[in-house]
Amino acid sequence: MKKIEVITRNYKLDSIKEALTRLGIKGMTVSEVKGFGRQGGHKEVYRGAEYQIDFVPKIKIELVVGDEIVPDIVQTITQAARTGEVGDGKIFISPIDDIVRIRTGESGIEAI
Amino acid sequence: MIQSGDTAFILVCAALVLLMTPGLALFYGGMVRSKNVLGTIMQSIIMISLISLEWIYLGYSMSFGPDVAGFIGDMSYFALSGVTAAPSETYATTVPHIVFMIYQCMFAVITPALITGAFAERVRFAPFCAFSVLWAVFVYNPVCHWIWGGGFLWAMGVLDFAGGLVVHLTCGVAALVACVFIGPRKGFPKRQFIPHNLPMTLIGTGLLWFGWFGFNGGSALAADEIAATAFVATHIAGMTGMLTWTVVEWYHAGKPTTLGAASGAIAGLATITPAAGFVGPNSAVVIGFMGGLCCYLAVMAKNRFGYDDSLDVVGIHGVGGLVGTIALGLFASSSVNPGGADGLLFGNAGFLFTQLTGIAIVGGYTLVVSFIILKAINAVSPLRMAANEEEIGMDTSEHSESAYQA
Repeated sequence: MKKIEVITRNYKLDSIKEALTRLGIKGMTVSEVKGFGRQGGHKEVYRGAEYQIDFVPKIKIELVVGDEIVPDIVQTITQAARTGEVGDGKIFISPIDDIVRIRTGESGIEAI
Repeated sequence: MIQSGDTAFILVCAALVLLMTPGLALFYGGMVRSKNVLGTIMQSIIMISLISLEWIYLGYSMSFGPDVAGFIGDMSYFALSGVTAAPSETYATTVPHIVFMIYQCMFAVITPALITGAFAERVRFAPFCAFSVLWAVFVYNPVCHWIWGGGFLWAMGVLDFAGGLVVHLTCGVAALVACVFIGPRKGFPKRQFIPHNLPMTLIGTGLLWFGWFGFNGGSALAADEIAATAFVATHIAGMTGMLTWTVVEWYHAGKPTTLGAASGAIAGLATITPAAGFVGPNSAVVIGFMGGLCCYLAVMAKNRFGYDDSLDVVGIHGVGGLVGTIALGLFASSSVNPGGADGLLFGNAGFLFTQLTGIAIVGGYTLVVSFIILKAINAVSPLRMAANEEEIGMDTSEHSESAYQA
Protein backbone atom coordinates (compact mmCIF):
# COMPACT_ATOMS: atom_id res chain seq x y z
CA MET A 1 0.00 0.00 0.00
CA LYS A 2 1.16 3.51 -0.74
CA LYS A 3 0.20 6.94 0.47
CA ILE A 4 0.04 9.54 -2.27
CA GLU A 5 0.32 13.20 -1.26
CA VAL A 6 -0.27 15.82 -3.89
CA ILE A 7 0.49 19.50 -3.34
CA THR A 8 -0.89 21.60 -6.17
CA ARG A 9 -2.97 24.58 -7.24
CA ASN A 10 -6.26 25.18 -5.39
CA TYR A 11 -8.33 25.50 -8.52
CA LYS A 12 -7.18 22.10 -9.78
CA LEU A 13 -8.97 20.27 -6.95
CA ASP A 14 -12.21 19.65 -8.84
CA SER A 15 -10.57 18.27 -11.97
CA ILE A 16 -8.23 16.02 -9.94
CA LYS A 17 -11.13 14.72 -7.86
CA GLU A 18 -13.22 14.00 -10.95
CA ALA A 19 -10.35 12.18 -12.67
CA LEU A 20 -9.59 10.06 -9.58
CA THR A 21 -13.26 9.22 -9.10
CA ARG A 22 -13.32 7.91 -12.69
CA LEU A 23 -10.41 5.62 -11.71
CA GLY A 24 -12.57 4.21 -8.90
CA ILE A 25 -10.91 6.00 -5.98
CA LYS A 26 -13.43 6.16 -3.14
CA GLY A 27 -11.83 8.48 -0.62
CA MET A 28 -9.29 11.23 -0.11
CA THR A 29 -8.39 13.92 2.39
CA VAL A 30 -7.91 17.54 1.30
CA SER A 31 -6.27 20.33 3.28
CA GLU A 32 -5.58 23.95 2.55
CA VAL A 33 -1.87 24.56 2.96
CA LYS A 34 0.63 27.31 2.26
CA GLY A 35 4.17 27.08 1.02
CA PHE A 36 6.60 27.83 -1.72
CA GLY A 37 8.81 25.87 -4.03
CA ARG A 38 11.14 26.86 -6.82
CA GLN A 39 8.82 29.56 -8.09
CA GLY A 40 9.27 31.45 -4.79
CA GLY A 41 5.79 32.92 -4.33
CA HIS A 42 4.21 35.71 -6.32
CA LYS A 43 3.70 39.46 -6.29
CA GLU A 44 0.58 41.45 -5.36
CA VAL A 45 0.13 45.22 -5.73
CA TYR A 46 -1.88 47.41 -3.33
CA ARG A 47 -2.05 51.15 -4.09
CA GLY A 48 1.17 50.87 -6.04
CA ALA A 49 3.11 49.09 -3.30
CA GLU A 50 4.39 45.68 -4.39
CA TYR A 51 4.24 42.83 -1.92
CA GLN A 52 6.06 39.53 -2.28
CA ILE A 53 3.75 36.72 -1.18
CA ASP A 54 6.18 33.99 -0.06
CA PHE A 55 3.68 31.46 1.18
CA VAL A 56 1.36 30.72 -1.67
CA PRO A 57 -1.97 29.05 -0.84
CA LYS A 58 -2.08 25.48 -2.20
CA ILE A 59 -4.08 22.34 -1.56
CA LYS A 60 -2.75 19.05 -0.29
CA ILE A 61 -4.63 15.89 -1.33
CA GLU A 62 -3.85 12.68 0.55
CA LEU A 63 -4.99 9.22 -0.46
CA VAL A 64 -3.91 5.66 0.28
CA VAL A 65 -4.09 3.04 -2.49
CA GLY A 66 -2.94 -0.43 -3.39
CA ASP A 67 0.54 -0.73 -4.95
CA GLU A 68 -0.62 -1.86 -8.39
CA ILE A 69 -2.74 1.22 -9.07
CA VAL A 70 -0.07 3.77 -8.12
CA PRO A 71 1.29 4.40 -11.66
CA ASP A 72 -2.25 5.01 -13.02
CA ILE A 73 -3.03 7.41 -10.22
CA VAL A 74 0.20 9.34 -10.65
CA GLN A 75 -0.42 9.65 -14.37
CA THR A 76 -4.03 10.75 -13.85
CA ILE A 77 -3.11 13.39 -11.30
CA THR A 78 -0.24 14.65 -13.43
CA GLN A 79 -2.56 15.09 -16.39
CA ALA A 80 -5.31 16.76 -14.37
CA ALA A 81 -3.06 19.16 -12.47
CA ARG A 82 -0.55 20.17 -15.11
CA THR A 83 -0.63 23.66 -16.58
CA GLY A 84 3.02 23.68 -17.70
CA GLU A 85 3.70 26.83 -15.63
CA VAL A 86 5.86 26.96 -12.50
CA GLY A 87 3.82 26.17 -9.39
CA ASP A 88 2.03 23.05 -10.65
CA GLY A 89 3.19 21.24 -7.51
CA LYS A 90 4.53 17.82 -6.57
CA ILE A 91 3.40 14.26 -5.86
CA PHE A 92 4.96 12.36 -2.96
CA ILE A 93 4.62 8.58 -2.68
CA SER A 94 5.46 6.72 0.50
CA PRO A 95 4.89 3.20 1.83
CA ILE A 96 2.12 2.47 4.31
CA ASP A 97 2.60 -0.34 6.86
CA ASP A 98 -1.00 -0.97 7.74
CA ILE A 99 -4.47 0.51 7.84
CA VAL A 100 -7.24 -0.17 10.37
CA ARG A 101 -10.89 0.75 9.80
CA ILE A 102 -12.07 1.84 13.21
CA ARG A 103 -15.72 0.84 12.79
CA THR A 104 -15.14 -2.79 11.80
CA GLY A 105 -11.60 -3.54 12.87
CA GLU A 106 -10.70 -4.62 9.30
CA SER A 107 -7.06 -4.06 8.41
CA GLY A 108 -4.73 -3.95 5.39
CA ILE A 109 -6.02 -3.49 1.84
CA GLU A 110 -9.59 -4.32 2.98
CA ALA A 111 -9.65 -1.17 5.09
CA ILE A 112 -8.95 1.27 2.22
CA MET B 1 -39.42 80.82 8.51
CA ILE B 2 -39.15 77.01 8.64
CA GLN B 3 -39.58 75.17 5.32
CA SER B 4 -40.61 71.55 5.74
CA GLY B 5 -38.84 70.50 2.53
CA ASP B 6 -35.53 72.00 3.64
CA THR B 7 -35.92 70.52 7.12
CA ALA B 8 -36.65 67.04 5.79
CA PHE B 9 -33.71 67.28 3.40
CA ILE B 10 -31.19 68.38 6.02
CA LEU B 11 -32.38 65.74 8.51
CA VAL B 12 -31.88 63.04 5.87
CA CYS B 13 -28.50 64.54 4.94
CA ALA B 14 -27.45 64.46 8.61
CA ALA B 15 -28.28 60.75 8.71
CA LEU B 16 -26.32 60.22 5.46
CA VAL B 17 -23.26 61.97 6.88
CA LEU B 18 -23.51 59.91 10.06
CA LEU B 19 -23.48 56.74 7.94
CA MET B 20 -20.11 57.80 6.52
CA THR B 21 -18.40 57.12 9.85
CA PRO B 22 -19.26 53.39 10.06
CA GLY B 23 -18.63 53.37 6.28
CA LEU B 24 -15.16 54.75 6.95
CA ALA B 25 -14.69 52.12 9.66
CA LEU B 26 -15.26 49.38 7.04
CA PHE B 27 -13.16 51.23 4.43
CA TYR B 28 -10.22 51.38 6.83
CA GLY B 29 -10.98 48.07 8.57
CA GLY B 30 -10.57 46.09 5.36
CA MET B 31 -7.17 47.64 4.64
CA VAL B 32 -5.46 46.60 7.87
CA ARG B 33 -4.26 43.14 8.89
CA SER B 34 -6.89 40.83 10.39
CA LYS B 35 -5.49 41.19 13.93
CA ASN B 36 -6.22 44.94 13.86
CA VAL B 37 -9.62 45.10 12.18
CA LEU B 38 -11.72 45.63 15.31
CA GLY B 39 -9.30 48.15 16.79
CA THR B 40 -9.40 50.11 13.54
CA ILE B 41 -13.20 50.00 13.33
CA MET B 42 -13.40 51.05 16.98
CA GLN B 43 -11.26 54.13 16.34
CA SER B 44 -13.89 55.36 13.89
CA ILE B 45 -17.14 54.39 15.58
CA ILE B 46 -16.20 55.59 19.07
CA MET B 47 -15.99 59.08 17.55
CA ILE B 48 -19.77 59.00 17.10
CA SER B 49 -20.25 59.13 20.86
CA LEU B 50 -17.13 61.00 21.97
CA ILE B 51 -17.32 63.84 19.48
CA SER B 52 -21.14 64.14 19.55
CA LEU B 53 -20.91 64.72 23.29
CA GLU B 54 -18.02 67.15 22.84
CA TRP B 55 -20.04 68.93 20.15
CA ILE B 56 -23.09 69.43 22.39
CA TYR B 57 -21.10 70.96 25.24
CA LEU B 58 -18.23 72.70 23.49
CA GLY B 59 -17.96 72.16 19.78
CA TYR B 60 -21.15 73.70 18.49
CA SER B 61 -20.73 76.82 20.57
CA MET B 62 -17.01 77.19 19.75
CA SER B 63 -17.73 76.70 16.03
CA PHE B 64 -21.02 78.51 15.51
CA GLY B 65 -21.50 80.64 18.62
CA PRO B 66 -21.40 84.44 18.23
CA ASP B 67 -17.97 85.47 16.96
CA VAL B 68 -15.18 86.58 19.30
CA ALA B 69 -12.46 88.54 17.45
CA GLY B 70 -12.83 86.44 14.30
CA PHE B 71 -11.15 83.51 16.01
CA ILE B 72 -13.72 81.51 17.98
CA GLY B 73 -17.39 81.34 18.88
CA ASP B 74 -18.36 82.37 22.39
CA MET B 75 -19.95 79.91 24.77
CA SER B 76 -23.54 81.12 24.47
CA TYR B 77 -24.65 77.79 22.98
CA PHE B 78 -23.05 75.74 25.80
CA ALA B 79 -25.07 72.55 26.30
CA LEU B 80 -27.25 73.68 23.37
CA SER B 81 -28.73 76.52 25.33
CA GLY B 82 -30.88 78.53 22.94
CA VAL B 83 -30.46 75.93 20.17
CA THR B 84 -34.09 75.01 19.73
CA ALA B 85 -36.60 73.99 17.08
CA ALA B 86 -36.90 77.67 16.10
CA PRO B 87 -34.65 78.65 13.20
CA SER B 88 -31.31 80.37 13.79
CA GLU B 89 -31.11 84.00 12.68
CA THR B 90 -27.69 83.36 11.19
CA TYR B 91 -27.40 79.81 9.89
CA ALA B 92 -29.76 77.83 7.66
CA THR B 93 -32.66 80.13 8.40
CA THR B 94 -35.31 77.83 6.90
CA VAL B 95 -34.67 74.83 9.18
CA PRO B 96 -34.85 74.45 12.97
CA HIS B 97 -31.61 75.59 14.58
CA ILE B 98 -31.24 72.18 16.23
CA VAL B 99 -31.32 70.50 12.80
CA PHE B 100 -28.42 72.68 11.62
CA MET B 101 -26.60 71.78 14.84
CA ILE B 102 -26.97 68.01 14.40
CA TYR B 103 -26.04 68.19 10.71
CA GLN B 104 -22.80 69.99 11.59
CA CYS B 105 -22.22 67.49 14.40
CA MET B 106 -21.82 64.69 11.86
CA PHE B 107 -18.97 66.59 10.14
CA ALA B 108 -17.24 67.05 13.48
CA VAL B 109 -17.56 63.29 14.12
CA ILE B 110 -16.05 62.03 10.89
CA THR B 111 -13.11 64.44 10.69
CA PRO B 112 -11.02 63.01 13.57
CA ALA B 113 -12.08 59.51 12.46
CA LEU B 114 -10.46 60.20 9.06
CA ILE B 115 -7.11 60.89 10.76
CA THR B 116 -6.97 57.38 12.25
CA GLY B 117 -5.96 55.86 8.92
CA ALA B 118 -2.55 57.51 9.24
CA PHE B 119 -1.53 55.80 12.47
CA ALA B 120 -3.53 52.60 12.02
CA GLU B 121 -2.29 49.40 13.67
CA ARG B 122 -0.05 50.95 16.34
CA VAL B 123 -1.80 53.38 18.72
CA ARG B 124 -3.17 52.74 22.23
CA PHE B 125 -6.86 53.34 22.63
CA ALA B 126 -6.99 55.64 25.67
CA PRO B 127 -4.43 58.24 24.49
CA PHE B 128 -5.96 58.00 21.02
CA CYS B 129 -9.36 59.02 22.46
CA ALA B 130 -7.72 61.90 24.31
CA PHE B 131 -5.99 63.02 21.12
CA SER B 132 -9.21 62.96 19.11
CA VAL B 133 -11.20 65.00 21.62
CA LEU B 134 -8.44 67.57 22.14
CA TRP B 135 -7.91 67.80 18.40
CA ALA B 136 -11.63 68.41 17.87
CA VAL B 137 -11.57 71.17 20.49
CA PHE B 138 -8.36 72.93 19.47
CA VAL B 139 -8.21 72.31 15.72
CA TYR B 140 -11.60 71.38 14.27
CA ASN B 141 -13.73 73.83 16.23
CA PRO B 142 -11.63 76.96 15.59
CA VAL B 143 -11.05 76.17 11.89
CA CYS B 144 -14.76 75.44 11.48
CA HIS B 145 -15.52 78.81 13.06
CA TRP B 146 -13.01 80.69 10.88
CA ILE B 147 -14.64 79.48 7.68
CA TRP B 148 -18.24 78.51 8.40
CA GLY B 149 -18.99 80.30 11.68
CA GLY B 150 -18.29 83.86 10.55
CA GLY B 151 -14.62 83.94 11.54
CA PHE B 152 -11.72 85.79 9.93
CA LEU B 153 -11.23 83.48 6.93
CA TRP B 154 -14.91 83.85 6.06
CA ALA B 155 -14.46 87.62 6.32
CA MET B 156 -11.46 87.39 3.95
CA GLY B 157 -13.64 85.62 1.40
CA VAL B 158 -12.19 82.10 1.71
CA LEU B 159 -14.76 79.61 0.41
CA ASP B 160 -15.17 75.97 1.38
CA PHE B 161 -18.49 74.49 0.33
CA ALA B 162 -18.51 71.25 2.32
CA GLY B 163 -15.16 70.85 4.03
CA GLY B 164 -12.13 70.81 1.73
CA LEU B 165 -10.29 72.92 4.30
CA VAL B 166 -12.37 72.32 7.44
CA VAL B 167 -12.48 68.53 7.04
CA HIS B 168 -10.01 67.17 4.49
CA LEU B 169 -7.03 69.51 4.75
CA THR B 170 -7.13 69.57 8.57
CA CYS B 171 -7.32 65.79 8.82
CA GLY B 172 -4.65 65.33 6.14
CA VAL B 173 -2.18 67.68 7.84
CA ALA B 174 -2.90 66.18 11.28
CA ALA B 175 -2.41 62.73 9.74
CA LEU B 176 1.02 63.69 8.42
CA VAL B 177 2.12 65.12 11.76
CA ALA B 178 0.71 62.15 13.71
CA CYS B 179 2.21 59.38 11.61
CA VAL B 180 5.65 61.02 11.65
CA PHE B 181 5.39 61.71 15.40
CA ILE B 182 4.20 58.21 16.32
CA GLY B 183 6.60 56.50 13.95
CA PRO B 184 6.15 53.67 11.48
CA ARG B 185 4.60 50.32 12.24
CA LYS B 186 6.90 47.64 13.62
CA GLY B 187 8.79 46.09 10.74
CA PHE B 188 8.06 48.97 8.31
CA PRO B 189 9.01 49.01 5.47
CA LYS B 190 10.40 45.47 5.31
CA ARG B 191 7.40 43.62 6.65
CA GLN B 192 4.26 43.21 4.58
CA PHE B 193 1.10 45.07 5.53
CA ILE B 194 -1.40 43.53 3.14
CA PRO B 195 -5.09 44.52 3.32
CA HIS B 196 -6.91 41.59 4.91
CA ASN B 197 -10.36 42.10 3.37
CA LEU B 198 -10.73 44.28 0.28
CA PRO B 199 -14.45 43.47 -0.18
CA MET B 200 -14.99 45.12 3.24
CA THR B 201 -13.09 48.17 1.99
CA LEU B 202 -15.29 48.30 -1.11
CA ILE B 203 -18.49 48.16 0.98
CA GLY B 204 -17.05 51.05 2.98
CA THR B 205 -16.35 52.93 -0.26
CA GLY B 206 -19.99 52.52 -1.31
CA LEU B 207 -21.27 53.76 2.04
CA LEU B 208 -18.91 56.74 1.94
CA TRP B 209 -20.00 57.66 -1.57
CA PHE B 210 -23.67 57.34 -0.60
CA GLY B 211 -23.11 59.47 2.49
CA TRP B 212 -21.15 62.03 0.49
CA PHE B 213 -24.35 63.10 -1.22
CA GLY B 214 -25.55 64.25 2.19
CA PHE B 215 -22.15 65.71 3.02
CA ASN B 216 -21.95 67.87 -0.11
CA GLY B 217 -25.61 68.11 -1.15
CA GLY B 218 -26.74 69.04 2.33
CA SER B 219 -24.10 71.75 2.60
CA ALA B 220 -26.42 73.92 0.54
CA LEU B 221 -28.47 73.91 3.81
CA ALA B 222 -31.68 73.87 1.76
CA ALA B 223 -33.34 71.59 -0.78
CA ASP B 224 -32.62 74.03 -3.58
CA GLU B 225 -30.78 74.46 -6.87
CA ILE B 226 -27.41 74.72 -5.12
CA ALA B 227 -28.03 71.35 -3.42
CA ALA B 228 -28.83 69.88 -6.84
CA THR B 229 -25.64 71.35 -8.33
CA ALA B 230 -23.54 70.04 -5.44
CA PHE B 231 -25.13 66.58 -5.58
CA VAL B 232 -24.42 66.21 -9.29
CA ALA B 233 -20.89 67.64 -9.04
CA THR B 234 -20.18 65.17 -6.22
CA HIS B 235 -21.16 62.16 -8.30
CA ILE B 236 -19.34 63.43 -11.37
CA ALA B 237 -16.07 64.00 -9.49
CA GLY B 238 -16.30 60.66 -7.69
CA MET B 239 -16.74 58.68 -10.88
CA THR B 240 -14.11 60.70 -12.75
CA GLY B 241 -11.66 60.18 -9.89
CA MET B 242 -12.31 56.44 -9.97
CA LEU B 243 -11.77 56.18 -13.71
CA THR B 244 -8.67 58.39 -13.62
CA TRP B 245 -6.95 56.40 -10.86
CA THR B 246 -7.84 53.10 -12.56
CA VAL B 247 -6.48 54.16 -15.95
CA VAL B 248 -3.33 55.76 -14.52
CA GLU B 249 -2.65 52.69 -12.38
CA TRP B 250 -3.30 50.39 -15.33
CA TYR B 251 -0.78 52.32 -17.41
CA HIS B 252 1.77 52.81 -14.62
CA ALA B 253 1.61 49.53 -12.69
CA GLY B 254 0.33 47.18 -15.38
CA LYS B 255 -3.05 46.18 -13.92
CA PRO B 256 -6.20 47.96 -12.74
CA THR B 257 -7.05 47.07 -9.11
CA THR B 258 -10.20 47.28 -7.02
CA LEU B 259 -8.35 49.11 -4.23
CA GLY B 260 -7.19 51.60 -6.87
CA ALA B 261 -10.75 52.13 -8.13
CA ALA B 262 -11.99 52.67 -4.56
CA SER B 263 -9.09 55.02 -3.78
CA GLY B 264 -9.76 57.05 -6.91
CA ALA B 265 -13.43 57.42 -6.03
CA ILE B 266 -12.60 58.70 -2.54
CA ALA B 267 -9.93 61.00 -4.01
CA GLY B 268 -12.42 62.48 -6.48
CA LEU B 269 -15.08 62.91 -3.79
CA ALA B 270 -12.65 64.58 -1.38
CA THR B 271 -11.37 66.89 -4.11
CA ILE B 272 -14.80 68.14 -5.21
CA THR B 273 -15.91 68.72 -1.60
CA PRO B 274 -14.79 72.37 -1.25
CA ALA B 275 -16.06 73.22 -4.73
CA ALA B 276 -19.24 71.13 -5.00
CA GLY B 277 -21.80 73.95 -4.81
CA PHE B 278 -19.73 76.52 -6.70
CA VAL B 279 -18.90 74.78 -9.99
CA GLY B 280 -20.75 73.37 -12.96
CA PRO B 281 -20.65 69.75 -14.17
CA ASN B 282 -17.82 70.18 -16.68
CA SER B 283 -15.61 71.78 -14.06
CA ALA B 284 -16.50 68.85 -11.78
CA VAL B 285 -15.14 66.43 -14.40
CA VAL B 286 -11.84 68.33 -14.48
CA ILE B 287 -11.71 68.51 -10.67
CA GLY B 288 -12.40 64.76 -10.36
CA PHE B 289 -9.62 64.13 -12.88
CA MET B 290 -7.22 66.38 -10.93
CA GLY B 291 -8.17 64.56 -7.71
CA GLY B 292 -7.61 61.09 -9.15
CA LEU B 293 -4.28 62.02 -10.74
CA CYS B 294 -2.81 64.15 -7.92
CA CYS B 295 -3.82 61.72 -5.18
CA TYR B 296 -2.38 58.78 -7.12
CA LEU B 297 0.91 60.65 -7.50
CA ALA B 298 0.83 61.63 -3.80
CA VAL B 299 0.37 58.01 -2.71
CA MET B 300 3.24 56.95 -4.98
CA ALA B 301 5.36 59.75 -3.51
CA LYS B 302 4.67 58.43 0.00
CA ASN B 303 6.40 55.19 -0.87
CA ARG B 304 9.40 57.28 -1.88
CA PHE B 305 9.43 59.58 1.18
CA GLY B 306 9.18 56.61 3.50
CA TYR B 307 6.76 57.84 6.19
CA ASP B 308 4.20 55.27 7.27
CA ASP B 309 0.81 56.88 6.62
CA SER B 310 -0.77 53.42 6.86
CA LEU B 311 -3.97 54.03 4.90
CA ASP B 312 -2.99 57.14 2.89
CA VAL B 313 -4.88 59.87 4.71
CA VAL B 314 -2.28 62.44 3.63
CA GLY B 315 -2.17 61.32 0.01
CA ILE B 316 -5.93 61.10 -0.45
CA HIS B 317 -7.68 63.45 2.02
CA GLY B 318 -4.91 65.97 2.57
CA VAL B 319 -3.93 66.27 -1.07
CA GLY B 320 -7.58 66.00 -2.17
CA GLY B 321 -8.60 68.87 0.12
CA LEU B 322 -5.62 70.92 -1.02
CA VAL B 323 -6.16 70.35 -4.74
CA GLY B 324 -9.92 70.91 -4.41
CA THR B 325 -9.45 74.20 -2.59
CA ILE B 326 -7.06 75.40 -5.29
CA ALA B 327 -9.41 74.10 -8.00
CA LEU B 328 -12.20 76.14 -6.44
CA GLY B 329 -9.97 79.19 -6.88
CA LEU B 330 -9.72 78.27 -10.57
CA PHE B 331 -13.19 77.03 -11.49
CA ALA B 332 -15.64 78.84 -9.19
CA SER B 333 -18.33 80.63 -11.11
CA SER B 334 -20.87 83.07 -9.73
CA SER B 335 -23.16 82.09 -12.59
CA VAL B 336 -23.42 78.64 -10.93
CA ASN B 337 -23.78 80.04 -7.42
CA PRO B 338 -24.42 83.78 -7.01
CA GLY B 339 -23.45 83.41 -3.34
CA GLY B 340 -19.98 82.18 -4.36
CA ALA B 341 -17.21 83.87 -6.30
CA ASP B 342 -15.53 83.86 -9.70
CA GLY B 343 -12.28 81.95 -9.96
CA LEU B 344 -9.16 82.57 -12.05
CA LEU B 345 -10.70 81.06 -15.19
CA PHE B 346 -13.60 83.48 -14.86
CA GLY B 347 -11.30 86.47 -14.61
CA ASN B 348 -10.76 86.76 -10.86
CA ALA B 349 -7.16 85.93 -9.94
CA GLY B 350 -7.60 87.52 -6.53
CA PHE B 351 -9.93 84.74 -5.40
CA LEU B 352 -7.29 82.09 -6.14
CA PHE B 353 -4.88 84.03 -3.94
CA THR B 354 -7.51 84.16 -1.18
CA GLN B 355 -7.89 80.38 -1.37
CA LEU B 356 -4.11 79.86 -1.21
CA THR B 357 -3.98 82.09 1.86
CA GLY B 358 -6.71 79.98 3.44
CA ILE B 359 -4.71 76.81 2.74
CA ALA B 360 -1.54 78.27 4.27
CA ILE B 361 -3.31 79.48 7.42
CA VAL B 362 -5.39 76.35 8.02
CA GLY B 363 -2.49 74.01 7.13
CA GLY B 364 0.04 75.88 9.28
CA TYR B 365 -2.29 76.15 12.28
CA THR B 366 -3.28 72.48 12.08
CA LEU B 367 0.33 71.38 11.81
CA VAL B 368 1.48 73.30 14.89
CA VAL B 369 -1.50 72.58 17.14
CA SER B 370 -1.69 68.88 16.19
CA PHE B 371 1.99 68.53 17.10
CA ILE B 372 1.50 70.25 20.48
CA ILE B 373 -1.47 67.99 21.30
CA LEU B 374 0.45 64.84 20.35
CA LYS B 375 3.46 65.93 22.39
CA ALA B 376 1.33 66.75 25.44
CA ILE B 377 -0.61 63.47 25.38
CA ASN B 378 2.52 61.43 24.81
CA ALA B 379 4.09 63.02 27.89
CA VAL B 380 1.17 61.84 30.03
CA SER B 381 0.46 58.47 28.43
CA PRO B 382 2.41 56.98 25.50
CA LEU B 383 0.42 56.91 22.26
CA ARG B 384 2.44 54.06 20.87
CA MET B 385 1.60 50.46 21.70
CA ALA B 386 4.29 48.33 23.35
CA ALA B 387 6.21 46.31 20.76
CA ASN B 388 4.83 42.92 21.81
CA GLU B 389 1.27 44.26 21.97
CA GLU B 390 1.61 45.67 18.47
CA GLU B 391 2.81 42.23 17.39
CA ILE B 392 -0.23 40.55 18.99
CA GLY B 393 -2.53 43.11 17.36
CA MET B 394 -4.91 45.77 18.64
CA ASP B 395 -7.98 43.52 18.71
CA THR B 396 -6.59 41.26 21.42
CA SER B 397 -4.21 43.57 23.22
CA GLU B 398 -6.43 46.68 23.37
CA HIS B 399 -9.94 45.21 23.29
CA SER B 400 -9.71 41.49 24.24
CA GLU B 401 -11.70 40.55 21.15
CA SER B 402 -10.98 38.85 17.88
CA ALA B 403 -12.87 39.43 14.65
CA TYR B 404 -12.51 36.00 13.13
CA GLN B 405 -12.59 32.73 15.02
CA ALA B 406 -10.27 30.06 13.60
